[in-house]
Amino acid sequence: MSGNVLIQVRNLEKHFDGGSIRALAGVSADIHRGEVVVVIGPSGSGKSTFLRCLNLLERPTGGSITFDCVDITDPKVDINLHRQKMGMVFQHFNLFPHMTILDNMTLAPVKLLKKGGEEAASKANALLERVGLADRAGAYPSQLSGGQKQRIAIVRALCMEPEVMLFDEPTSALDPEMVGEVLEVMKDLAHEGMTMVVVTHEMGFAREVGSRVIFMDGGAIVEENAPAELFGAPRSERLKTFLAKVL
Amino acid sequence: MDWIAWCEKLLAQARDGEAMGLWAELNKDFYQAFVQEGRWKLYAEGVGNTLKVAVLALVLGVALGLLVAVVRTFHDQQREERPHIFLGVLNIICKTYTTVIRGTPMMVQLLIMAFVVFKSSRNLVGVAALAFGINSGAYVAEIIRGGLMSVDAGQMEAGRSLGLNYLQTMWYIIIPQAVKNILPALGNELITLLKETSIVTVIGLRDLTKAAQLVTSKTYGGFMALFGVALVYLAMVMVLSWLMGRLERRLRSSER
Repeated sequence: MSGNVLIQVRNLEKHFDGGSIRALAGVSADIHRGEVVVVIGPSGSGKSTFLRCLNLLERPTGGSITFDCVDITDPKVDINLHRQKMGMVFQHFNLFPHMTILDNMTLAPVKLLKKGGEEAASKANALLERVGLADRAGAYPSQLSGGQKQRIAIVRALCMEPEVMLFDEPTSALDPEMVGEVLEVMKDLAHEGMTMVVVTHEMGFAREVGSRVIFMDGGAIVEENAPAELFGAPRSERLKTFLAKVL
Repeated sequence: MDWIAWCEKLLAQARDGEAMGLWAELNKDFYQAFVQEGRWKLYAEGVGNTLKVAVLALVLGVALGLLVAVVRTFHDQQREERPHIFLGVLNIICKTYTTVIRGTPMMVQLLIMAFVVFKSSRNLVGVAALAFGINSGAYVAEIIRGGLMSVDAGQMEAGRSLGLNYLQTMWYIIIPQAVKNILPALGNELITLLKETSIVTVIGLRDLTKAAQLVTSKTYGGFMALFGVALVYLAMVMVLSWLMGRLERRLRSSER
């Protein structure tokens, strides 16, 4: 495979309840370094499952995922090591409520990258500065707004210096007025060349920032293209009806 | 020591069958139950042994309970992934442990521990602490398991997505959050444990209850000794619940 491909997904299958539900039905995709891949589709289309399979939060039923030239679906692979290089941002933020913002951010770097507390903290503070939350380092998550929480969740993942960032509907649980600040951080990240896979309903973000958009339905990729083409000239009927509803 | 002399006189009168007033009677009984022949030392020794058994059992029970709870939770949360034979065996052992311990009387377990497993041991405190610790562990395990499962699943996912392994995520993220949910039920269990230690009298350990029994058999009157001991238990439980309440408040305040 080309050295430029960071994640290669082949024939990914995911079944729930002993096969009665087929959430993913043979998905194949390549994610290149520096690319921002936006995954869109109706609820239940398997887009979140697809994303969660990429770092094995869901174990695929079949198929393979090659990350950094290693097949991480191989049971012998230490997935914890690979997850360190794959940051993830969740719909519900999942900050650790019993820790301060700074501790949220330094926990993993200190425990896993064997960084000293000082070094991890200065890195965390620099990142907080970047997202405009430097003054909240000592606060607890319950003291923050949703948008602030999600920005913290993003920089918490960045503290591990990942090679790819996975976003699972990062703005879906936010009040509308807070969506912008989170998307802004994501845009900055994209412009810096971070490889990103983003599951979202924000069509504006997909159009503006995405290098490629994947439209999923029924556990399969129906159409994928550059955003201008995908939104401007959808080929499949399914995508046309979807876009007609959301745009 | 006028009071002692007076009480000795009252005792002699009682032996002679002389009638006496209620106040004199109470003083005499009190003297007989706690002071005469240095009997308070029996109670002191008894409180010491009760506390030793309870504290050792508490430490063992919580450690054992935590271990079993983590194994059981780990096993249940692994359903999606490939079956792990070692873990499966461990889970069966833990399940059997909770079933057997919760399904048999504490008294029987204590007797088995003292007269079968360690029948030649002289260390009755150790034997009793072991029996109570093992018993308590089974209940604590279920309490902790409930607490662990009450933490939002997203917390585990967030920890794992950062690259922390299962045990690291448990230790740094899940358990600290579960503690708040666990404490009230755990406090209840500890109170039960403290009071239940009174059955160690059946293996001859001189705990607080045994002290009352010894005194009762000597003085032919249990009123003072038994009520006195009941009061001491009550005081210990009240101190324990006060401590748990403080701990709970402290943990809750750290959240904000």
